[in-house]
Amino acid sequence: MKLRSFCLLAVMTALAAPPVPRELRFVIPGDPRSFDPLHIEESESETVKYLTAGVLVRVNRATDKLEPELAESWTLTDAGRTLTFHLRPGLRFSDGTSFTAADVARSLTRALDPKEASPAGDTIRSAEGIPEIRVVSPQVITLRYKVPKPGLDRLFDGIGIGPSTPPAAGKLPASAGPFFVAEYKRGEFVRLRRNPNYWKHDSAGHPLPYLDSIRLDIQQNRDIEMTRFLRGELHLINRVSPDSFARLKEQRPTAARNLGASLDSEFLWFNQAPVRTLPDWKRAWFTSAAFRHAISRAIHRQDIVRIVFGGNAHIAAGPISTANTFWFNKALPPLPTDAAASLKLLVSDGFTLTGGVLKDRAGHPVEFSLITNSGNRPRERMAQLVQSDLAKLGIKVNFVPLEFGSLIERIGKTGDYEAALLGFNNVEPDPLEEKNVWLSSGAQHPWWPSQKSPATPWEARIDELELRQATEGSREARRKAMDEFQKIVVDQEPVIYLVNPDYLCAIAPSVKGSNPVPSPPPVLWNIEWLRLE
Amino acid sequence: MRFLAIAILAAVMLASLFAPRLAPYAYDAQFRETPNAPASRIFPMGTDDIGRDRFSRLLYGTRVSILLAPAAACVSIVLALLISVPAASRVPGVGLAVSGLTTICLSLPWLFLFIILRAKLPLNTDPSTSVLLTFGLMGVAGWAWPARVFAAAIREIRQSGWLLQAQAAGIPPWRIALLYGLPHLRSIAAAQFRVLVPAYILSEASLGLLGLGVSDPMPSWGNLLQDLQHPDIVRANPWILAPLALLVIVMICLELLQSPPEASL
Repeated sequence: MKLRSFCLLAVMTALAAPPVPRELRFVIPGDPRSFDPLHIEESESETVKYLTAGVLVRVNRATDKLEPELAESWTLTDAGRTLTFHLRPGLRFSDGTSFTAADVARSLTRALDPKEASPAGDTIRSAEGIPEIRVVSPQVITLRYKVPKPGLDRLFDGIGIGPSTPPAAGKLPASAGPFFVAEYKRGEFVRLRRNPNYWKHDSAGHPLPYLDSIRLDIQQNRDIEMTRFLRGELHLINRVSPDSFARLKEQRPTAARNLGASLDSEFLWFNQAPVRTLPDWKRAWFTSAAFRHAISRAIHRQDIVRIVFGGNAHIAAGPISTANTFWFNKALPPLPTDAAASLKLLVSDGFTLTGGVLKDRAGHPVEFSLITNSGNRPRERMAQLVQSDLAKLGIKVNFVPLEFGSLIERIGKTGDYEAALLGFNNVEPDPLEEKNVWLSSGAQHPWWPSQKSPATPWEARIDELELRQATEGSREARRKAMDEFQKIVVDQEPVIYLVNPDYLCAIAPSVKGSNPVPSPPPVLWNIEWLRLE
Repeated sequence: MRFLAIAILAAVMLASLFAPRLAPYAYDAQFRETPNAPASRIFPMGTDDIGRDRFSRLLYGTRVSILLAPAAACVSIVLALLISVPAASRVPGVGLAVSGLTTICLSLPWLFLFIILRAKLPLNTDPSTSVLLTFGLMGVAGWAWPARVFAAAIREIRQSGWLLQAQAAGIPPWRIALLYGLPHLRSIAAAQFRVLVPAYILSEASLGLLGLGVSDPMPSWGNLLQDLQHPDIVRANPWILAPLALLVIVMICLELLQSPPEASL
């Protein structure tokens, strides 16, 4: 009797208990600075935006194809000048209010308003001014540009549409994406809940997303993040460092996922700007393509891949990662390593190796400083390997890790440096946004920023190609320009590319439905389809 | 025990001074086929993550740290003594002025001073110059804490009975200071020295983040201790703890040397 009562009580308790919450947990390294999808400036806010903000179209991260989202269709007419979106009928925000073309118009007008200084607006603004926005009906909206804008429809993957009425003071904004921000405790966590009005359903008619909620814990320390994951407190880590990946593979091999080469690249370059702090004879080395080629060939990239990244990286072939399948120029040969050829190149350029010291024509021993951001272990290790490789050619490299602020000041403002080793974290496969880096007049142009006119014919050609790819309407024509651009960069090596680190992440076996890809957000891009078991 | 302490310190000093002869490899030699190797006959303490012999690096690193950190601590203590004497002066306002200077010095954001120093130094500064400058600046910047302790001790001495008796006996002030005052401050100076040496060794490691201090590939206890930030590496090769163990042993030996003979029994 006692046993029966106990069993009954157990069954009743089980029935009365709330269902196991389907809450996905992971960590973001800091507090999101904004929940406004038009004012996203850092990765934490970007993650929240991706999960909550409604977008008109979405780039499928696995196929790289543009897919309908809140807009069920769209058309590009008038030779790429006019873009018309047709919204799905019956759309609603998470608070139940209707989602119409007026909401889209208001979001776009806000984004394009110079007073708002919205980064989202910068992406859809044209050099010839802002587009004319016209609400044709509650479900149709048209944008008309004066000149064609390349890749226009794909840009709307990043434009989150918010409600026309801003949230009341102290309230969190409603959203039209799969989740909405339900709770935020500064320094602790952000909790997202499932948007009950989200439009998407699976083939069986079940409403998406499958998850009830997502908790984003705010935790800066990456070691603690990994420890929590290994303890089972987190379901995924969006990006794992090469060091932690070795630990993960050892302790939870089923959770360790190498997604292949990322869009990121690690590289070094020499300062070619005519600054007072750089002696003319050193500048003469740095502006010589033969010198740069010699340095490039002396670097054992395979050792960088194996030692620094534990095999989790690919040797770079040029300015665009090999993982960027559409834009990478497949005709480019792999960057060679050949110390003997390197020395030959230096000798042909007037250098001599005497007593283990490489000297230029005037007898100056070849010595330069190499800066990178301190605390970045892979970069410090890469610099130490480069230092050792070049020592074999009689070149003395003074490696100086610098605090990030000082580093940026030297590179971006004073120009007081000789060589720098840094990386580029690329989110967007389309090279459109990199124009400012490559134009010789650009403030972020690495080897000689803000040039009044291109210093060499090949730099002038890069400028032409960059402008062409930024104005051509046809994707194929843009690719052709980018192919030539990549060839020039490899031929001249103003930037010496080293590796493309692999995208490493951790996914607990309890997470089902994931299809991780080597670009951000690697695991979350198909968030609607993720389940927990 | 004092004899043992002297023997250990002498052994450490000799090992570091003769590092070029004792170390099996150069401190910057990279054995790229064997990164993170465990301890073996070829590599007595294993290799670091780019394949450099940990034993050779420890020997060379000891040279830098065991000579420069105590030297910087001595500079701080001498400066602190010189500054704290006027603090105990009977001249109105002098004590207050010195005390104010000490407070200002303690509240200064020294980190920014070091950042400015790095900004002013040429990037191609010779590593040994950078090391000497770093320890020198640490020595100069670190006077304020010991000065505050010395000033309090001197004030206490001034109110002591034995000083009054000595003054009443007509002993000249310089003789009182030299024969009675300084021995009284010796134990405080020794205690401050024991605090400052490990503090400077660890500060040197932190300054590496600013591009100051001992720059790679030159080793020091400070930059060797940075590996301890990664517990996985320590688990894989416990010899990574060797610089820490050596630091602790040296500090214990210094403690034993400074204790009176009867206390060390």
